[in-house]
Amino acid sequence: MYDLQRELRDFIVTNFMFGEGAGLADSDSFISKGVIDSTGVLELVMHIEETYHVQVKDNELVPENLDSVDNLVAFLSRKLAQKETPADAELVAASQA
Amino acid sequence: MCGIAGIVSQDSTALRTLALERMVETLSHRGPDEHGLHIEGSAALGHSRLSIIDLSSGQQPMQLHNGRLWITFNGEIFNYVELRHELEQKGHCFSTKSDTEVVLHLYQEYGPDFVQRMNGQWSFAIWDDTRQQLFLSRDRMGVRPLYYTTAGSAFIFASEIKAILVHPRVGRHLDLQALDQIFTFWSPLPSRTAFKNIHQLPPAHSAILRDGHLKTWRYWKPNYEWEADDSPRAVGRAADQLLELLLDAARIRLRADVPVGAYLSGGLDSAVTTALITRLAPEKLRTFSVAFEDAALDESLWQREAAAFFGTSHDTIRCSAQDIGAVFPDVVWHMEQPVLRTAPAPLFLLSRLVRQSNFKVVLTGEGSDEILGGYDIFKEAKVRRFIARNVNSKFRPLLLKKLYPYMGPIQKQSPAYLQRFFHVDPSDLANPFFSHVPRWTLTARTKSFFSEDVHRELTGYDCIAEMQSGMPEEFSQWDSFCQAQYLETAHLLPGYILSAQGDRVAMANSVEGRYPFLDYRVVEFASRLSPALKMKALDEKYLLKRMAKGMVPESILSRPKQPYRAPDGASFVNGKAQEYVEEVLSTEAISNAGIFKPGPVRMLLDKFRSGRPTNTGDDMALVGILSTSLLIDQFIHQTRKQDSTCTTYSESFATSS
Repeated sequence: MYDLQRELRDFIVTNFMFGEGAGLADSDSFISKGVIDSTGVLELVMHIEETYHVQVKDNELVPENLDSVDNLVAFLSRKLAQKETPADAELVAASQA
Repeated sequence: MCGIAGIVSQDSTALRTLALERMVETLSHRGPDEHGLHIEGSAALGHSRLSIIDLSSGQQPMQLHNGRLWITFNGEIFNYVELRHELEQKGHCFSTKSDTEVVLHLYQEYGPDFVQRMNGQWSFAIWDDTRQQLFLSRDRMGVRPLYYTTAGSAFIFASEIKAILVHPRVGRHLDLQALDQIFTFWSPLPSRTAFKNIHQLPPAHSAILRDGHLKTWRYWKPNYEWEADDSPRAVGRAADQLLELLLDAARIRLRADVPVGAYLSGGLDSAVTTALITRLAPEKLRTFSVAFEDAALDESLWQREAAAFFGTSHDTIRCSAQDIGAVFPDVVWHMEQPVLRTAPAPLFLLSRLVRQSNFKVVLTGEGSDEILGGYDIFKEAKVRRFIARNVNSKFRPLLLKKLYPYMGPIQKQSPAYLQRFFHVDPSDLANPFFSHVPRWTLTARTKSFFSEDVHRELTGYDCIAEMQSGMPEEFSQWDSFCQAQYLETAHLLPGYILSAQGDRVAMANSVEGRYPFLDYRVVEFASRLSPALKMKALDEKYLLKRMAKGMVPESILSRPKQPYRAPDGASFVNGKAQEYVEEVLSTEAISNAGIFKPGPVRMLLDKFRSGRPTNTGDDMALVGILSTSLLIDQFIHQTRKQDSTCTTYSESFATSS
């Protein structure tokens, strides 16, 4: 089953924490935990856009959307739901399962 | 400029001679022109000389009064002409023309407090045979280095740590608490070094060693006290005073028996320094600069413009990321401490160009940003304070974008994120380290790579508390702008800018840097200026710009400030660096060293090699881990010798005893 939560968490732990993610809860703020810095957010956005084929608008670049695994999953689920292709619908359904 | 070394112990003369010869030889790059030793009683002094003043008769160690006083001296006393005249009036007779002999006479005339009379950059040791004591001193700003240790009953000192480490009694161990400091503040706190039990005499300190006891004291400090008057008349007067002081600071720094050149970075400070020199010296000036292949870092357009404006004969070294990677092990060998940036490496290549051009001395603009309010961190703190006073404002966070016009990722950031990253929180306003919290927090992320053993060793240790305990009593009373200035001037300047990025990479190629902005009269004058004259709204170095109008190209005066930066992590992905990086950061090597976790280090390296986007924290982590690992190989395990000692020296020692 497609697990958006796990996939996003794996990306965060691999790319920003170099495998040391045991202490990171899905609700933890990336900024407060020192996981990413100001330049890291753009890496995160690039990953989302390239992997899930969505476009993050300027006004969506806020911690409420991107600053924890939970926030990311909720945000990306909303973005994917706005898409209409069968493949996207499958992703959305899987993420909400 | 030179290298000094010495031993005070009861060991046999033969043992001390052998050890001191090795120590002085290790410092050959600092002084390739002559070497000398003096051993008498319990004292042994050594010297490697780069001849700049009095080429024919300034040999060291130098003595006075039939050997009752001996000195080994590194640096320059720029007002030695005036001091010598004063001493002659008092009946002192001189046998050389060197500034070193003036220091001996000053000691004889005034005792240890004489250093207050000197204007210069120095580290030296005087053996006073009558009192059986060693007097040590270091200049006010920490331009020249002085390290020491005790091993058994032996007191051992030198210009560089590598010279101390070749003494057979000295152990080689990393200081983990110092490492914790470097991975927070970019440099160890005063008196510490990256090596356990090896200390440095802090800037503006003197010390006396007698009967095995070392007494250390501070002889000078800046004090931030001013009368607020930013009326046009007062500003004009202050600009005139600053120019007068800087002209005199440059005038005495041009005293040398060899040609003097200058760095021209394309920024305001080096342009002002060059303008001062061209006013004072009629002959054509040679200037030098670094250009980068990466257009985002390159300032050669402004360098060429400045060189044309001043009519200098200008040389540039073009530097690629691969060039930095290729020389980085040599640079670490000379810096003797882990670093978070590769910025010292291009300056190492620049000083090589200077030396190859047959220059030994360059004047540069170092110190201006610290004392006259040029750094972005001052601006950043000002904006963050402004935001913290009204955290609900939607417009105030937009000012944060104005801070870093040269940084694309920050420009693309939303205000909400900027606000979070720059720690804008009203409750932080009372923190005396408010200005530096974002930088320290970002740097400290690298500590997540520390191994479990290192984390365990550091349990309960708080480097911020150690920083706090070393602050002067007045610190909490100073204006917030001055607090930030003090942190830069008292810590980052001597601990990194003037050492890893200054003395070490210049002296690696036997080049002496001189800094008019760090003349103590200029520093004291700047500390009496109101913060408004240093930064007017968000206009940095306001008074200096006012002073420099008409002296430097208008384009340099009006261009946005661009800090000196070099390619970091990208320097280690291709080219010559690949081979040693693979070796030094291998799982086996990282495990053996025990400082970092091998798995995350491998993932970090893979991230760079994969071509995926990387961030500032990644850059700092890779440079920090790599420099620490090279340092361990070179100095602790001694499994890696630097490829090239820049200067070779084969003459025999001149020994007196």
